[in-house]
Amino acid sequence: MGEMWKGNHAIAEAAVRAGCRLYAGYPITPSTEIMEYLSARLPEVGGSFIQAESELAGINMIIGGAACGYRSLTASSGPGISLKQEGMSVLADEELSAVVINVVRYGNGLGTLYSAQCDYHRETKGGGNGDYRVIVLCPSSIQEAIEHVFLAYDLAEKYRMVAMIMTEGALGQMMEPIEMPDFIEKKRMPWALDGHYSYKKIGIFDRNSMKEAIDLNQKYNTIKENEQRWESDNLDKADYVFVSYGLPGESTKGAVEQLRDEGYQVGFIRPITAWPYPEKAFNLINPNVKGIITVESNATGQMVDDAALSIKKTKRDKNVPTYCLPYVYGIPAIKEIKKDFMKILSGEIKEVY
Amino acid sequence: MGKTRKTPSIIDKPMNFCPGCGHGIIIRLICEVLEELGQDNNVIFPIGVGCSSNLGGGLVADRFHCSHGRAAAVASGMKAVSPENIIVSYQGDGDAYSIGIAETINAAYRNENITVVTVNNTNFGMTGGQMSWTTMPKQKTTTSQLGRDCDKTGYPMKFPELVASQFNIAYAARGSVHSPASINKTKSYIKKAIESQMNNEGYSVVEVMSPCPVNWNMTPVEAMDRIKNELIDYFELGEFKQREVIK
Repeated sequence: MGEMWKGNHAIAEAAVRAGCRLYAGYPITPSTEIMEYLSARLPEVGGSFIQAESELAGINMIIGGAACGYRSLTASSGPGISLKQEGMSVLADEELSAVVINVVRYGNGLGTLYSAQCDYHRETKGGGNGDYRVIVLCPSSIQEAIEHVFLAYDLAEKYRMVAMIMTEGALGQMMEPIEMPDFIEKKRMPWALDGHYSYKKIGIFDRNSMKEAIDLNQKYNTIKENEQRWESDNLDKADYVFVSYGLPGESTKGAVEQLRDEGYQVGFIRPITAWPYPEKAFNLINPNVKGIITVESNATGQMVDDAALSIKKTKRDKNVPTYCLPYVYGIPAIKEIKKDFMKILSGEIKEVY
Repeated sequence: MGKTRKTPSIIDKPMNFCPGCGHGIIIRLICEVLEELGQDNNVIFPIGVGCSSNLGGGLVADRFHCSHGRAAAVASGMKAVSPENIIVSYQGDGDAYSIGIAETINAAYRNENITVVTVNNTNFGMTGGQMSWTTMPKQKTTTSQLGRDCDKTGYPMKFPELVASQFNIAYAARGSVHSPASINKTKSYIKKAIESQMNNEGYSVVEVMSPCPVNWNMTPVEAMDRIKNELIDYFELGEFKQREVIK
């Protein structure tokens, strides 16, 4: 049994141990404990902490750290991540590696403080201006969030892009017993700016945007092929497959377990990468599946689009209905999911696609 | 015999500035200073958006094209992880004082150990001469077509004076490039600014008054005269925060 850690503190300590040298950000609930922790912790290990005047400045400071080739981090929630989109688009354009954490809270505009999954569309489709993607990891436990910090940096550096950890307000605030990994040492990335003009650069107005865009898309296709991650069970036999990530994903697993005990042939997919979306998991689904059901903590139903496209792609000859159970915010209770499953069986809840 | 002036080694090709523009002179001065201080192979330029973006095409030096107005924040991040490098942000007045005023002023507020060079040509040059926060009263631009009405749009901002009087910074000055004497003086300001960074004294800023004949609808000579006869009465030249003498 490990030590009890709060989610946000555990993520912050994991970043230190993963070799993060710079944190810059602005306070916002429910992510603030990450920066509070790092304000004291990073200087202890020779790193830097800057309390930025805004989230916009924070992400641009991270761009500075990333351009110089050091592991850099910023974290925020809801509207704070909106302000960071400009910088994330720049990181994509310049092919710099950085990790951004979104401790998701529900709502439009200023939003609320409720734990949610309302930012799925923004994080998985690029978010800022342009034609890019961000690797999105969605942990469902604090231990997994810690592992995702290390994984996010590795993937961000392998592909030279932003990796986001899309956690949830509740996961940031709750405590769990965890095992903290050992420290790793990271040197300056070999491609980084070091003041010595080690790598030739072309002028801003001399870039070949056509070639760059095609190469970037090729990179994204490689990631889609190689980096899909998920957890699943009973897909080959299931009549109905639930799809849910993060903390609602854990509830869904519980609901699937109980429904199977009650004699229903159900299975689940818990996406671990929200982008690239785990389409390959849908290949494993029973060819005679009767429906796909997403369980989401938002009002509009967002991931259901990707689930519907994935089942269409993997079962082209079938018209498999895709349902959505959107619980707006919070973590749906197992009994709620089970009750709504009965409504799907009875036809009371109609398919979205 | 006059002195021979060798082109600094990090300048490798002509840049795309309009005839009569001051940017080329200012970039040359920065490069000369870096070479004289032995820092020309130890520098990173976070570059602004606007005419300042052209710096990237003509130097063999590390640089980063920042999004509009954010160069001081990018510079802060660079210096945090790489304090051994000299970080010189190169920005125009629109970039640094309009869209980027939050980032520009907060870097000074924190006394970041970086050098900020702002080129003040009293308008947004790259986009065709719109009003900026340094456009003079009654100056005609494409967005102040009857002449700037300062009661409605604000009065031209004096950034070096502002940060020199309010914040704990190392060095602030304003130079110009309208005459050989002013060019030499500006070079000495840039040198002091970069020396202060090398010495870890904190934030340094040098604003440079620069002609924009195309958008001012003037010949290059008229544009230089405008700086001399009109602009430097308002935008006074000199040092507003001197380096403390270190014994």
